[in-house]
Amino acid sequence: MPVLFLLAAMANGLAASPVLAQSAAADGQKLAFDRGKGNCLTCHVIKGGDLPGTIGPELKDIQAKYPDRNELVAILFDETRRNPQTMMPPFGRNRILTEQEISAIVDFLQTL
Amino acid sequence: MKGRIALLFGSVSVALVAFALTSARVIAADKVDPAADAKAFQNFFFQKFPEVKHEDFVNGPYSMNADMKRQWQEKEEFPPYEFALEAGKEMFATPFRNGKTYADCFPNGGIGIRQNYPYFDQKEGKVVTLELALNRCREANGEAPYSYVKDEMASLTAYMAFTSRGKPMDIEIPDDPRALAAFESGKRYFYTRRGQMNFSCASCHVESPGERIRAEILAPALGILNAMPIYRSEWSGMGTISRRFVTCNSQTRAVPLEPQADEYRDVEYFLSYVANGLPIAGPGARP
Ligand code: HEC
Ligand code: HEC
Repeated sequence: MPVLFLLAAMANGLAASPVLAQSAAADGQKLAFDRGKGNCLTCHVIKGGDLPGTIGPELKDIQAKYPDRNELVAILFDETRRNPQTMMPPFGRNRILTEQEISAIVDFLQTL
Repeated sequence: MKGRIALLFGSVSVALVAFALTSARVIAADKVDPAADAKAFQNFFFQKFPEVKHEDFVNGPYSMNADMKRQWQEKEEFPPYEFALEAGKEMFATPFRNGKTYADCFPNGGIGIRQNYPYFDQKEGKVVTLELALNRCREANGEAPYSYVKDEMASLTAYMAFTSRGKPMDIEIPDDPRALAAFESGKRYFYTRRGQMNFSCASCHVESPGERIRAEILAPALGILNAMPIYRSEWSGMGTISRRFVTCNSQTRAVPLEPQADEYRDVEYFLSYVANGLPIAGPGARP
């Protein structure tokens, strides 16, 4: 029991550690910029990305606008639920991105 | 950005969302009234882009961006479709092995008639496009059909468009329920979302013309076929209407149809009819 407890505590600590968050954010950036994955630059200006499109708003100051990361997960999962008219593809619903990939991209968005 | 407006109110009021939906669709869907549809369609673009001269919409992305337009006008001094145009002219004049020519298959010897295609053929009960009519002409004269997407087909349609430049698009919808159904089906295809990305043709060419998608500027749907066929640097060559439809579908991870599938014929009928009055400008050149 104590051993298990200790392991669980370590895992928790790790998840919250800045090192891991950083690497998740880096993965998220890769996924966001990858043309075969998020390809978010097709529509959004994002710091560090080349040849952005103009269909969506620039992605910046995301923490201030969406302090709750669940909101970002929801936007990525299926933005048509907030706005049926949106151009933004339903990345989660249509399985363009997995749950883990969405989570990594949200980590990245929170650094913007 | 219309989407943003809907977003602001979206969670508050269902009625407002419904309003945003109908207003963005441009066209009311209850009864088939192509003339009213065409008027609403044109007015939508005229009002959205009041600074664009009406006849300029046929220039696709160039009508949306002054810098690009300047570069293009310089390019027009040595147009990249010149080669295809010359080839098309020669092919058009060269008899088939049976001695007949393309001219024998078309009204007015095929000269200056691009603005009347596609048309609804009441015998067949379907839409007939220029590309289809050209291959039918070949087959009726014992020649093998050409690929619909490029090369010879692009050359022939380039020449036929060139002899029709400046003529206003003039598509008729005969008083025949099948013709109205074809128009409706084309319209439905155009506005229906499909594929993994969940885009409709209208997402890009009605909701977002003038916006950049990556580095490309989206053409407005109004007059979007008037400059066909087109030379594109990305293709390093010419492409037909068929090629563009297939490319738009597959680039957005939707399953493309066969060239000249019924629905593509219908969508061409719809897009051409709502462009009535705008000049033929083909062949075109694009970045
Ligand atoms: C084809 C266009 C398109 C693509 C691709 C796209 N988006 Fe969007 N996005 C939009 C539009 C348009 C909006 C504006 C809101 C709306 O339409 O509902 C938006 C809104 C957003 C918002 C809310 C921004 C705000 O300021 O409120 C976020 C966050 C976002 N997108 C993230 C992403 C991420 C991350 C990706 C890639 C994984 C992505 N988007 C891909 C079109 C797109
Ligand atoms: C996600 C975006 C997107 C979707 C969806 C889309 N297109 Fe396109 N389309 C483009 C881009 C990008 C171009 C090249 C730039 C331009 O000319 O607009 C283009 C070009 C075209 C052109 C040539 C315009 C010109 O002047 O060169 C036609 C015609 C066209 N599309 C028709 C369609 C039809 C029909 C559909 C639906 C079956 C469709 N598109 C769906 C992005 C899209």
